[in-house]
Amino acid sequence: MRYIAIVGASLAGYRAAQTLRREGFDGTITLIGDERRRPYDRPPLSKKVLAGEAEPESIVLERSGDDLGIEWRLDERAVSFDASGLALSLERGGELEADGVILACGARPRPLPGTDGILGVHLLRTLDDSLALREALTTGVGPRRLVVVGAGFIGAEVAATARGLGCEVTVVEALDRPLARVLPPVLGQVCADVHTDQGVDLRLGAGVDGFDTDDGSISAVRLSDGSSVEADLVAVGIGVVPNTEWLDGSGLTIDNGVVCDETTLAAPGVVAAGDVARWPNRRFGESMRVEHWDNAVSMGQHAARRLLAGDGGVDLVYEPVPYFWSDQYDRKIQLVGRVGPDDQVQVIDGSIADRRFVALIGRDGQLVGAFGMNRPPAVQRWRTRLEEGMSWDDALALASEGS
Amino acid sequence: MMANVTSVPTQETVMAKIAVNFDLCESNAVCMQVAPKYFEVRDDDFLYILQEEIDEADAATVQEAVDRCPKQAISIEP
Repeated sequence: MRYIAIVGASLAGYRAAQTLRREGFDGTITLIGDERRRPYDRPPLSKKVLAGEAEPESIVLERSGDDLGIEWRLDERAVSFDASGLALSLERGGELEADGVILACGARPRPLPGTDGILGVHLLRTLDDSLALREALTTGVGPRRLVVVGAGFIGAEVAATARGLGCEVTVVEALDRPLARVLPPVLGQVCADVHTDQGVDLRLGAGVDGFDTDDGSISAVRLSDGSSVEADLVAVGIGVVPNTEWLDGSGLTIDNGVVCDETTLAAPGVVAAGDVARWPNRRFGESMRVEHWDNAVSMGQHAARRLLAGDGGVDLVYEPVPYFWSDQYDRKIQLVGRVGPDDQVQVIDGSIADRRFVALIGRDGQLVGAFGMNRPPAVQRWRTRLEEGMSWDDALALASEGS
Repeated sequence: MMANVTSVPTQETVMAKIAVNFDLCESNAVCMQVAPKYFEVRDDDFLYILQEEIDEADAATVQEAVDRCPKQAISIEP
């Protein structure tokens, strides 16, 4: 293998490139990215960059000494792919024929229907998005009135940062609790409470019905309960869509992501990683697509090794315990494992009332996750136990010993 | 990267070292989970480096801790 093309110049793609070099690959690596910037870290975009506490330069992924010898194709987009010939067509740069392809082309935010052309409605994915939202949150006369649509983690972080900047914040969530499809109710509730504690007006079970504008700019958001919230700005965080349209006709299987096997292989010579990749995680017996930072890192690394291993890589099963963190106000939320709303929950350390606790999450007699608020070391210890596998009873017994 | 380490045996082999930027560290404790021999976040929520010099056999594990740090606060000094 002499020539590897990586589609997607963000975290998963960059970590894949780095891994190829560490594993001794000395052929050509072409890294194709649709932004004009070199790879950067996205979590700060809803936190420190948005707050103005971190400069854009501080979030670049390349470190001094990272001399990967990459052939960069930035501000460039892959528009079609033939998996059988490993041939990519680029929007500006013609055709590429590689010996191996890593698909790390990510996902994009889902737009809020009916907001086309309305000024003051923001999505958040890129550094430019973050800088534009920051500008909007910090200019104008008096505190800005922000309506956040969607109480998922992105929306929650934007709400927290905006409160820190002195904005009046309303969060609108169509479901009855934040993260209701992901978290058991008691944990979704505490995620709601950290916002109401901080003076956020949280409207649960409220869909968006429409918008009022003033001279083309947003002036109010109308809700399904008949109420209306005045707004200078709207930030939308209602999920993401994997970037797979360009792969139509590629020969790959696409089903809410690029479908891979247990090893991250999507076709001979083709692997996928990060937000765009769906694969069966043997550890949980479940097909998953994980949109978290940690998965972009570890799957990018894994996919690079899998690609280099060729036919010898069939045993390189990718079966991580997903890990996620979110920083909101002075709370650090961490979740390890794969959990659902109907799972059992047991607080084993601290208390929900203090907003400092660890809760174990179980299903069918097995430990499947741990959720923590301001208890990072404890959550990480449970991650190790999740990797090793543990029954629910053993987990509770261990917890009662205080470890 | 280990490729730069000289293969000539010397009495005092210069070992790669862990460096943490404590202005960036937020004690997420991921490093502790990946490489518990080197990192520990205690219940005071501070990170302690248990061993600064990286044993050659652990190079990949410590690199993993560097790569997985959510705050990009860890580096390896040659």
